[in-house]
Amino acid sequence: MSFLDLKNVTKIYPNGTKAVHETSLSIDEGEFMVFVGPSGCGKSTLLRMVAGLEDITEGDINLDGKLINEVDPSERDVAMVFQNYALYPHMNVYNNLAYGLKNRGIDKETIEQKVNDAAKLLQISDYLQRKPSMLSGGQRQRVAMGRAIVRNPKIFLFDEPLSNLDAKLRIQMRLEIKKLQQKVGVTSIFVTHDQVEAMTLADRLAVINNGIIEQLGTPIEIYDNPKSLFVAGFIGSPQMNFLDGNLKNKILSAEGFEIKDINTDFEGEVTLGIRPEHLSQTENGLINLNVDLVEQLGSDNLVYGQLKNKKDFCYRCPGNQTIEKGSNLSLNIENNKYYIFDKSTGKRVN
Amino acid sequence: MTRIIISSLSHFILLIGILIMVVPVWMIFASSTHTSSMINMNGLQIFLGDSFYENYLRVLLYQGGFFKEITALKMFFNSFIMATGVAILSVVTSLMAAYALVYYRIKHATLLFWIIFITILVPLELRIFPTYSVMAELNLVNSYFGLIVPISASAIATLFFRQFYKTVPDELLESAKLDGANTWRFFVDFLFPLSKTMIVAMLIFMFVFGYNQYLWPLLVTTSEQYWTVVMGLKMMSGSIVHRFAFVMMSMVPPILIIIVLQKHFIKGVFQDK
Ligand SMILES: Nc1ncnc2c1ncn2[C@@H]1O[C@H](COP(=O)(O)OP(=O)(O)O)[C@@H](O)[C@H]1O
Ligand SMILES: [Mg+2]
Repeated sequence: MSFLDLKNVTKIYPNGTKAVHETSLSIDEGEFMVFVGPSGCGKSTLLRMVAGLEDITEGDINLDGKLINEVDPSERDVAMVFQNYALYPHMNVYNNLAYGLKNRGIDKETIEQKVNDAAKLLQISDYLQRKPSMLSGGQRQRVAMGRAIVRNPKIFLFDEPLSNLDAKLRIQMRLEIKKLQQKVGVTSIFVTHDQVEAMTLADRLAVINNGIIEQLGTPIEIYDNPKSLFVAGFIGSPQMNFLDGNLKNKILSAEGFEIKDINTDFEGEVTLGIRPEHLSQTENGLINLNVDLVEQLGSDNLVYGQLKNKKDFCYRCPGNQTIEKGSNLSLNIENNKYYIFDKSTGKRVN
Repeated sequence: MTRIIISSLSHFILLIGILIMVVPVWMIFASSTHTSSMINMNGLQIFLGDSFYENYLRVLLYQGGFFKEITALKMFFNSFIMATGVAILSVVTSLMAAYALVYYRIKHATLLFWIIFITILVPLELRIFPTYSVMAELNLVNSYFGLIVPISASAIATLFFRQFYKTVPDELLESAKLDGANTWRFFVDFLFPLSKTMIVAMLIFMFVFGYNQYLWPLLVTTSEQYWTVVMGLKMMSGSIVHRFAFVMMSMVPPILIIIVLQKHFIKGVFQDK
């Protein structure tokens, strides 16, 4: 049994909403797990069941070898960082950090020691006497982290803790969270709807859709080998291009081109997925792109345009190539990096 | 130019308002420092006389009432006990009721709350006889308990605390839970300090409410030993200056309570923001 074990966990809210369907998941000690998925897919619900803030309708959760279904949140020894931080407004930063320790009956000197260590780690030592209302967003974020770290819990839970920060700070804090987790080594679950955040933070990633884990794996596995249309579309930025097609005798006919010798026995209506970064310019390529717009990011250019059938399409090329608006590009798929999905089920078939 | 005129005009109106409120009180005070023959001959006085100590001391220590068993001092003591008791008891019960209504999984908590709330439509005067008979059955006539308890459940205070608790974000409770706080600790460490300002405001409000009670103490006390100040206003006999002195003194406790607690009140308001 691994450190945290979810077995067939289901959550049905009293109003009948089924937020999580029979989800099973194992997380190893020290692992950084990220739940990613669109808003409303049940990420928070899953996390809150681990914390004990929501009842488990069905299934079992084991933490560190102990069934915790019925264990009160105050006794689970988990720490959570909330989206709005939920700092204690009437306590100064020191007491915000110390509160959980006091409740555990730890003696004063040890508390002081631990709070000071955590404050140093997070660089908030200068604000210990301030009330949360006198801190900036980034500082509040650190205090919220400090409150979790100081208790040295079995597991950290983060529920979209970065979404209230501005873009620059978000990237900075993302990095810090990752570093911190590696330093402290505490098992963590991080919930986000931002796939970039998910990819950069995760040791392993669970892509959730409609209360179901669609795919579980390392970020690279999921990027390289999406198992479903949903995962393929959700992970990767800019988004994967999708084209309609038909598969017969290992030949895929999309609108305007064909791909032969496809490694599958599937036949029927399919969706072809191609990542913008898996294309290159050649003469007489498969795909003809009429360029509408070029976004120059410096390192890369994002080229947006339309295929012959007016379908929107995106191509990503190195920033040193100059591409004119209105030009016509001939593109090939690099190294057969394309994904074919059953159109009716969304399952990967090649 | 017009702004100056409007501003002076409004100040003028406000000043008149202040005069209307203050002058009668001042005249009673000024008159209470004269001798009664002076008042009887010349009417109410604007200027201070020189019988202040004499009059006030006499009122405080004079054995009044039909049986001459009570002094003003004792009445102040009774009123203080009653008002403090009402203030503390009603704030405590309201805090607890609101806590239970908002944070416990009570079925139909909203309905229950509105049932509590509509008791505002049933003032003490309306239920005074049943309440009295309960007190009489329990042998609580002529006791501080009987004076305090029947008027110490406040639907208004419950309303205020409930509405306040509802604005406290759920994450605070959840966070506290994960930090190991049980229900009692959440109340003591979070809701109590967060609602300090409101608690002080309610204490003042309920103190004045308890202090001003007239009909209920009149009914539930037959012994002069339990007379309160407000009852005394009606019952005290004596000359006119002594009555004036008593009226003046009767205003002191509510004012004092406001002055004493206001410091915390304002401090609370500024600290929270
Ligand atoms: N307390 C609740 N009562 C009823 N339905 C809820 C409750 N909380 C969340 N839901 C529903 O459960 C689903 C999953 O919600 P949530 O876990 O918050 O999604 P996410 O965090 O992925 O955005 C949503 O459809 C949401 O409307
Ligand atoms: Mg959420």
